[in-house]
Amino acid sequence: MTKSTQSRWSLRVLGLGYLAVLLVAPLILLFYKTFEDGLAAPFEAITSADGLHALKLTLITVAIAVPLNTIFGVICSLLLVRHKWKGNWLIDAAINLPFATSPVVIGLSLFLLYGKQGWFEPGLSEAGIKVLFSTPAIVLACIFVSVPFVVRETVPVLQEIGTEQEQAAETLGANAWQTFWRVTLPAIRWGVAYGVVLCTARVLGEFGAVSVVSGNISGETQTLPLFVEKNYENFNLPGAFGAAVLLAILALIVLMAMNLLKRKEAT
Amino acid sequence: MGISVEGANKSFGDFQALDDVSIEVPDGSLTALLGPSGSGKSTLLRAIAGLETLDTGRVLIDGEDVSTKPTQKREVGFVFQHYAAFKHMTVYENVGFGLKIRKWKKDKIRERVDELLNLVQLPGLADRYPSQLSGGQRQRMALARALAVQPQVLLLDEPFGALDAKVRKDLRTWLRNLHEEMNVTTIFVTHDQEEAMDVAGQLVVMNQGHVEQSGSAADLYEKPANEFVMSFVGEVNKLGENFVRPHDIEVVRDRDDSTEEAMVQRIVALGFEIRVEFVLGDGTEVWAQLTRGELQRLELQEGQIAYLRPVHAKSFNGSAPSNSPGASTPQGSTDGGDAEVTAAA
Repeated sequence: MTKSTQSRWSLRVLGLGYLAVLLVAPLILLFYKTFEDGLAAPFEAITSADGLHALKLTLITVAIAVPLNTIFGVICSLLLVRHKWKGNWLIDAAINLPFATSPVVIGLSLFLLYGKQGWFEPGLSEAGIKVLFSTPAIVLACIFVSVPFVVRETVPVLQEIGTEQEQAAETLGANAWQTFWRVTLPAIRWGVAYGVVLCTARVLGEFGAVSVVSGNISGETQTLPLFVEKNYENFNLPGAFGAAVLLAILALIVLMAMNLLKRKEAT
Repeated sequence: MGISVEGANKSFGDFQALDDVSIEVPDGSLTALLGPSGSGKSTLLRAIAGLETLDTGRVLIDGEDVSTKPTQKREVGFVFQHYAAFKHMTVYENVGFGLKIRKWKKDKIRERVDELLNLVQLPGLADRYPSQLSGGQRQRMALARALAVQPQVLLLDEPFGALDAKVRKDLRTWLRNLHEEMNVTTIFVTHDQEEAMDVAGQLVVMNQGHVEQSGSAADLYEKPANEFVMSFVGEVNKLGENFVRPHDIEVVRDRDDSTEEAMVQRIVALGFEIRVEFVLGDGTEVWAQLTRGELQRLELQEGQIAYLRPVHAKSFNGSAPSNSPGASTPQGSTDGGDAEVTAAA
């Protein structure tokens, strides 16, 4: 064995070992623990009224937050890359904010806006809209934490494709909308899809911000991650593990979708 | 459709890309914008297409002022140096793009695209993607795409710049023939004087954001307006205040009043053509272009003394190339003092 193959192998062992101990082992243990005493108990916990409601609420949140952040993300990317102006650094910094801020802080700031003494409170209660401790607050929190993903994945692709294809479309008579729809969007579609996948994963699993603003009421404002935590705290371990495994499976599906996209992009 | 540009100015920050440029392109002509990089030739072409907005000045196509018209309404065909192929579309979809935008019927599009693919010699490649084509094929596809919508004018921005030498030469000939067939007013940008002279009927030489001279290839070569044009459209030697082309230097073995003594420094055989490099008494380096026969007759050897007689030497009376008067007028083939001198200064 030469020195370089030796060091290559030790690097591999180090990398894989790190991943195995810190990432893979806990997940395997989770699956093992869940199904240790058969499928019945975890299945029952998930299919309970509260469990199903939590799943439904989580999926509703994904269905609202992800499309909104996708549209907004593509618009922001176009602003950042195609319409350069002095204020762009502000947009850029704002988009990074959710990455830099703890979700709990995000939850608290929503509290300040929509809470009893919040800025928006007078208007909202007059209009009869309840934000805090209901679905809107959960969706808002999830949108906040998952804003950056589509932008971060789309911006580099937009930069890479350049403007020549768009200019060619213009010379061929396409207006701005036709150019975007027929030329720009197809060219950036893998970047956007990648961002959508990451955004979905984040919304599925968001805990911190949601737990502050949702009130965590079983069967009402409880998302799947909150359902896991509540069951865990109440020593309902089959319930906690069952829901956790469900979340993990959803995440794995999303990751598999991402890998498929990657492979498709390569061809 | 004739094209004229009047008093065009364009700056990018501190850089003045176009400095009071006016050109006149006759209907049906094939015109080359020739110049070194940064001379403003691409900016001028893009301004004609509307891809660049002029700070001041006007663009007229067929007599109509299109300066404020957006690109999509100017009906220009534009071909980019790096093809700008729509990568996610097949060759067929690329060529048919403009027609689809114009809401042509499917069978009409099919008919027109097939016709164009034949014209650009890409039949049978309709279902390929751009990534499956060679550079030359991609550029021909881009040309077909530009021609599909029957543009009033065709604009090509260094169309052969990214291709290798052999393909370039083929495409040049092909473009010239295509132009003769289609007869659409065409402007193409190049930094290669040989390419410009080979393809275009009319040349516009640009430098530092303005037009130095325009005219036919022969005009520019034989009656350059200034030092810049003379040195850009061909090889040139500088002898004091005079300029002389290497093939206009006569080499003799016997001295007389009209010759200058020089030492042979190097003889380079480039096939039929021989490049002989001399150094004069004052240290000036000069080269002459001889044929193989002439060299043999002269029996020149490196290190020998020979005598040079420049014929058709030109002097531009010290006028600097970038600010010579009249250089930016459209047809400014101003003859900068075509003084014939008999002896090197």
